[in-house]
Amino acid sequence: MGKVKGRSGPLAQRPDNSAFKQQRLPAWSPMLTANTVLPFFYLVALLCMFLGVWLLLTVQGTQELKLDYTEAGTCKGCFDMRKNASKAAEPCECRLDFEIKKAFKVIFLNEQQILTFGSTQVASSTQKKRGDVFFYYGLQNFHQNLRRYMDSRDDGQMVGRKNKLMNPSTYCIPFNTDQAGRPIAPCGAVANSIFNDSFTLHYRGQVVPLLRTGIAWYTDKNIKYRNPSNGNMTLAQVFNGTAPPPYWHKPVYQLDPLSPNNNGFINDDLIVWMREAAFPNFKKLYGVLRRAATPFTKGLPAGNYSLNVSYNFPVQYFRGRKEVVLTTLTWFGGQNHFLPVAYLVTSCLILLAAVVLTVVWFKFGKTGRKMQD
Amino acid sequence: ASQCCRNRKPHEEERRVRANDREYNEKFQYASNCIMTSKYNIVTFLPVNLFEQFQEVANTYFLFLLILQLIPQISSLSWFTTIVPLALVLSITAVKDATDDYFRHKSDNQVNNRQSQVLIRGLLQNEKWMNVRVGDIIKLENKQFVAADLLLLSSSEPHGLCYIETAELDGETNMKVRQSVSVTNELADQNNLASFDGEVVCEPPNNKLDRFCGTLYWRDKKYTLTNQNMLLRGCVLRNTETCYGLVIFAGPDTKLMQNSGSTKFKRTSIDRLMNTLVLWIFGFLVCMGVILAVGNAVWEREVGSLFQSYLPWDPSVDNFLFSAFLSFWSYVIILNTVVPISLYVSVEVIRLGHSYFINWDQEMFCSQCNTAAEARTTTLNEELGQVEYIFSDKTGTLTQNIMTFNKCSINGQTYGEGPDPLDFTPFNPLADPDFCFYDDTLLESVKVGDAHTHKFFRLLSLCHTVMSEEKSEGELVYKAQSPDEGALVTAARNFGFVFRSRTPGTITTTEMGRPVTYTLLAILDFNNIRKRMSVIVRDPEGRICLYCKGADTVLLERLHPCEQELMNVTSDHLHEYAADGLRTLALAYRDLSEDEWEAWSESYCCADKATSCREDRLAAAYEHIEQDMMLLGATAIEDKLQEGVPETIAVLSLANIKIWVLTGDKQETAVNIGYSCKMLTDDMPEVFIISGNTVHSVRQELRRARERMIELSRTREGGKEEGIEGWKQLQCPPPPPSNLMDNISGEFALVINGHSLAHALEADMETEFVSTACACKAVICCRVTPLQKAQVVELIKKHKKAVTLAIGDGANDVSMIKSAHIGVGISGQEGIQAVLASDYSFSQFRFLQRLLLVHGRWSYLRMCRFLCYFFYKNFAFTMVHFWFGFFCGFSAQTVYDQYFITLYNIVYTSLPVLAMGIFDQDVPDQRSLEYPKLYEPGQLNLLFNKREFFICIAQGIYTSVVLFFVPCAVLSDATQSTGEPLADYQTFAVTTATALVIVVSVQIALDTGFWTVINHVFVWGSLGSYFSIMLALHSQTLFLIFPNQFHFVGSAQSTLLQPVVWLTIALATTICIVPVLAFRFLKVDLKPQLSDTVRYTQLVRQKKHGRLGARGGSRRSGYAFAHQEGFGELITSGKNMRLSSLALASFASRHSSGWIDTLRRKKPTHVQTPPRGSVPLEGSGCCIQQPPPALCSYGNQTE
Repeated sequence: MGKVKGRSGPLAQRPDNSAFKQQRLPAWSPMLTANTVLPFFYLVALLCMFLGVWLLLTVQGTQELKLDYTEAGTCKGCFDMRKNASKAAEPCECRLDFEIKKAFKVIFLNEQQILTFGSTQVASSTQKKRGDVFFYYGLQNFHQNLRRYMDSRDDGQMVGRKNKLMNPSTYCIPFNTDQAGRPIAPCGAVANSIFNDSFTLHYRGQVVPLLRTGIAWYTDKNIKYRNPSNGNMTLAQVFNGTAPPPYWHKPVYQLDPLSPNNNGFINDDLIVWMREAAFPNFKKLYGVLRRAATPFTKGLPAGNYSLNVSYNFPVQYFRGRKEVVLTTLTWFGGQNHFLPVAYLVTSCLILLAAVVLTVVWFKFGKTGRKMQD
Repeated sequence: ASQCCRNRKPHEEERRVRANDREYNEKFQYASNCIMTSKYNIVTFLPVNLFEQFQEVANTYFLFLLILQLIPQISSLSWFTTIVPLALVLSITAVKDATDDYFRHKSDNQVNNRQSQVLIRGLLQNEKWMNVRVGDIIKLENKQFVAADLLLLSSSEPHGLCYIETAELDGETNMKVRQSVSVTNELADQNNLASFDGEVVCEPPNNKLDRFCGTLYWRDKKYTLTNQNMLLRGCVLRNTETCYGLVIFAGPDTKLMQNSGSTKFKRTSIDRLMNTLVLWIFGFLVCMGVILAVGNAVWEREVGSLFQSYLPWDPSVDNFLFSAFLSFWSYVIILNTVVPISLYVSVEVIRLGHSYFINWDQEMFCSQCNTAAEARTTTLNEELGQVEYIFSDKTGTLTQNIMTFNKCSINGQTYGEGPDPLDFTPFNPLADPDFCFYDDTLLESVKVGDAHTHKFFRLLSLCHTVMSEEKSEGELVYKAQSPDEGALVTAARNFGFVFRSRTPGTITTTEMGRPVTYTLLAILDFNNIRKRMSVIVRDPEGRICLYCKGADTVLLERLHPCEQELMNVTSDHLHEYAADGLRTLALAYRDLSEDEWEAWSESYCCADKATSCREDRLAAAYEHIEQDMMLLGATAIEDKLQEGVPETIAVLSLANIKIWVLTGDKQETAVNIGYSCKMLTDDMPEVFIISGNTVHSVRQELRRARERMIELSRTREGGKEEGIEGWKQLQCPPPPPSNLMDNISGEFALVINGHSLAHALEADMETEFVSTACACKAVICCRVTPLQKAQVVELIKKHKKAVTLAIGDGANDVSMIKSAHIGVGISGQEGIQAVLASDYSFSQFRFLQRLLLVHGRWSYLRMCRFLCYFFYKNFAFTMVHFWFGFFCGFSAQTVYDQYFITLYNIVYTSLPVLAMGIFDQDVPDQRSLEYPKLYEPGQLNLLFNKREFFICIAQGIYTSVVLFFVPCAVLSDATQSTGEPLADYQTFAVTTATALVIVVSVQIALDTGFWTVINHVFVWGSLGSYFSIMLALHSQTLFLIFPNQFHFVGSAQSTLLQPVVWLTIALATTICIVPVLAFRFLKVDLKPQLSDTVRYTQLVRQKKHGRLGARGGSRRSGYAFAHQEGFGELITSGKNMRLSSLALASFASRHSSGWIDTLRRKKPTHVQTPPRGSVPLEGSGCCIQQPPPALCSYGNQTE
């Protein structure tokens, strides 16, 4: 080991005198001295303080409205009706009135970003006019993050593989074939449990226009989910021979009757649902306010609104709640108080620690100050 | 290529071998002469190697996990998360094993294919070694290796003698003589030998090198065979033209192979601690699993059952209890990464790196012997940083084992003190030019023909077992059994009594230029009990004389009564010599009459032929003739100390390492060596000598020593007389409580001899001995046997739980080297047995300080830092799953992408911590030699113990909490700037993973104390590799090929573009790191370790001197020069350590009995003198002398 060959003489076995072998590589050996640590602490505290204040001010400018409609308003009737399994398929409409006291104003225009991000077809002319009032539906106590639930899907099928379409992955069991043995498309528990309430928002008898497309990740919409294609066949023909998931009322190729390009696996609502939430309480994007016409060009004006719900999704089985969230955005997303507060608290703690450290160092320290005197 | 068969026969009772009869011998199925040390061949490699590897608990554990992962109901991770690391580990180990085995195959082949001449059907044929069979007759030529264990049949030399060198067998380089049985010697030529059909009946194969017992039956006669007739495999034939031998044992049955037993596998204390901790972690893992499984049961009952319409239970899982059971195993799989398989591999890699650094160290290279230090075991390095006891051999270790004839006493006259070395060449053309002697009166005395002087040197030239080789006229080379003997014969040679050659029956010398041939009648050989040797010779005039040399104690008893007066004078001389640290021998002779000789010769023959108690009878016969001798004088031989021994011992004892010298030498010599190497000093209040011959007296002496120690240390501590009185009254149970013994601060020394040690090692006295000896700074055991050496080591291991190191050079140290935690072999003159048994080897004792204080300390430090960080990073990584369990219905959903889990330990975080584990340094090497106290944390096991482990774990868990809850709290409410919520699983996974990688990278940056280029490359490279691999795994290309495997497509891009995500990561990192930083700063500031202070002064110095760093190299060499000369003395006198003691005064308070106090008490004047004036070292380049002024003033403040 380590013997140097090919040399002779009395020093033939002598190890090389290289900095590496002699462990003398030039190196930097930092040390935690007061000169470095204390300024660093103050600096970090200041930085956090600055970030915290900035974020807090930004967040203050946003507005958010949450409406739990599980049993509110006339939805109570629907809620009771959904309890009864035999009436699960019957349609039920309900209504909820609420008031926006302060107008949801557009304070941050992110058209620029949409343009660069969505660049192509997605950013159509309508897209440009979309504003930053967002409409979410929220679910509580719904576990999209269970291991078996998350596994119960077939990405191969949903990217348009035809063999997978007819022969879904075994991970989808028991939602891979229906009783007749037809393959389910899209298969699996995730797709089967899609949230299927739909909403319309009314303001002074006028429907608030919502954009219902462009609400998914660009990669999801354009790469991860693709419809199987087969020459010039229509979607219905392509999906011929498959069954919709058991809880669905309509087949996958008829999800959006209004826009033919928003059907099949690339339906935005489906894509949004298929991106599983990490926690049991979550919200998902339902639509974006379309600010093309008055009185919505500058956001949602203050006033009385009513929400019409087509109440389909039962939550009482798992003691869940449903809600609707309206919010405006800033550069770093929706109303999110945790981050600024956390930064402020951290900053205060660091500052406190820095002061304590300074005092301790000054009074009792052994390495630093006294040795330099 | 090996055609050896390995089927073992059942136990062999006795061996029967018939010469030249293969058919007969084959009946017994003796092993052939083919050896096979390799373990595998191409076919068996894979199964056997895998089988071996799966005997490791860790590997089996991971295999078990792998099997668990194949069960779909359980598997929460893909199978490859385990199999990739496991395969990596298995294949690395397999490659290493395969290379090792390849080299073994190569050397086996080389040995098996050596040629030897075998007598087959009357013809000599060349055969490969492996084809030699038991019963074959082999012809050997000079300088050939002996192929198997042979019975010597005949030799070209007279009397059937042949000479062998046994270096490869027992490490002794001197030649040994073997003799054939006389009847077979007469066979002489190969035709006779071919018809030889004697049958040998002997003992079965065994590993006793010095014993053989058998009988030769030939022509209806019996001949006894002993070891004297055997040539063992591994020996080399010397000075013998040819010889013939009968193969008795072949291949694996030879003594050489029987002796190469597997060595005991040593483990370090860190290893043992690590195993315990890993067990604890498994326990912890099971607890976590149980908690989560209970959680799962509750959740499934309360929530999951209600959620069944969306996610029905698997048909096989019909109730929540079964689901909980499955969930337990799922969590075991997920959480197994707390003990990743890479831990074991990394530890091995780090140790290997450290071993290479030891091999590469130029400062442990000895240019005289052209040997570099070698780490022969690569698994013990960090234990070098924890050594508390060093057991050292004396001869060849502390001393050079070069003997010089220094003084002598002839007929009551002592010689040896003179101003100039003598020049022998004009007087004696045969003189050895290297020989030095300093007294011309002795030469005068020889020249004038003083009868006593002549007899003295004649004795020296005749009474020995040295072999001579005379290559050309006058160019004599002596091969001596022991260097003493060589020195004596060389002395005689230079004084005109030149030993020229010997045959079994004669000794030829040149006496004062006149050739004389003596008839050698008998050699009464040396052994440990007799402690003397004699020869009986007949000179050309026919006078018979017995010459005897031996230990004074033995010899003086056997003198003629009329010698009393001379004996007294000579004894005085002997005492003087011993006091100078010289090795002494007394010389005597006795003239024998023809009758006396005849009578004795008969009794001797009778004893020699005796079949029972032969040894005893011979001893009695010897005893009988070695009586009434006339004293000639005494010799004194100097045993030269090795270079730098006193300095090394001083530095090591400053590092709180206790040094015990275990030697076979007698007490006076040992004590003298103790003084000359500064183990014992005149400053010592008392040196206790235990030399009792009975159990009782030894106990008494030990007890007295203890009492004295307590008394002395009490008085030193200052007038606690009443305490002693009180204790004396209370001392009804005589042995003082051990804690009292622990507090003894004095510098005592203990000398114990072999007899007493035998008693002291008995079970009931063990503890007493240990407590007495361990309170002493230095312990010298003299007259100890190799077995006792090992017993002493075992004793300390047992009672002190301390790490022991044994260092030695000879075959007698092997047992000690093997039983100590660390064995070090000195690769010096006396063969290689110790080196072969050792874990580390180098050629100079002084390298020990560098091995321990630099390499050992660094290894320990690095390994501890590595382990701390490693456990931390894995807990931080794994526990996030635990917290997530509470949010995902305990369903064993992982937080991270499975690829991240696979790669985290083997790619993203492995290299920076490896770089730290291999390259980290807290203080530079010369500082750890300057401040030996830096070694102490290792001995006290401060850097990694259970407490440190829990701190690491706590930190890891804290980090995991932050890493989970901060992203959880932020993301659950956050959205992208385009409105899509960020609370989806994939975003959360990417955010947490990124935060984790960044936090652990920052942490390793904090832990790394020595940033070389490699560290930079690894840390930044790991971060870079994380981002690039993640982007690749989340890329469109991979997704389109395997949509189900790479479903994270696009997550990295879309997540990492969000400012919120980066704000979250920054926040989490700050929260994780700031407390650590604060604690570390407080620790350095309030309770600085010695290393911190040293580092700090270094830092200050660098700043003050600006460009001084560039001259670092030359300064180091300046230090090295200063180090060579008298450094140790300065240390022991406390002069140059004063400065460091001032600088480090703050430590003195914590180690109440520390060396600083001792030094101060002893040398108060030095503390008060101004620093520069009193520094006695020359050369301003030496760093020790110039502390920053701050150090001094601070020290003075505390005074």
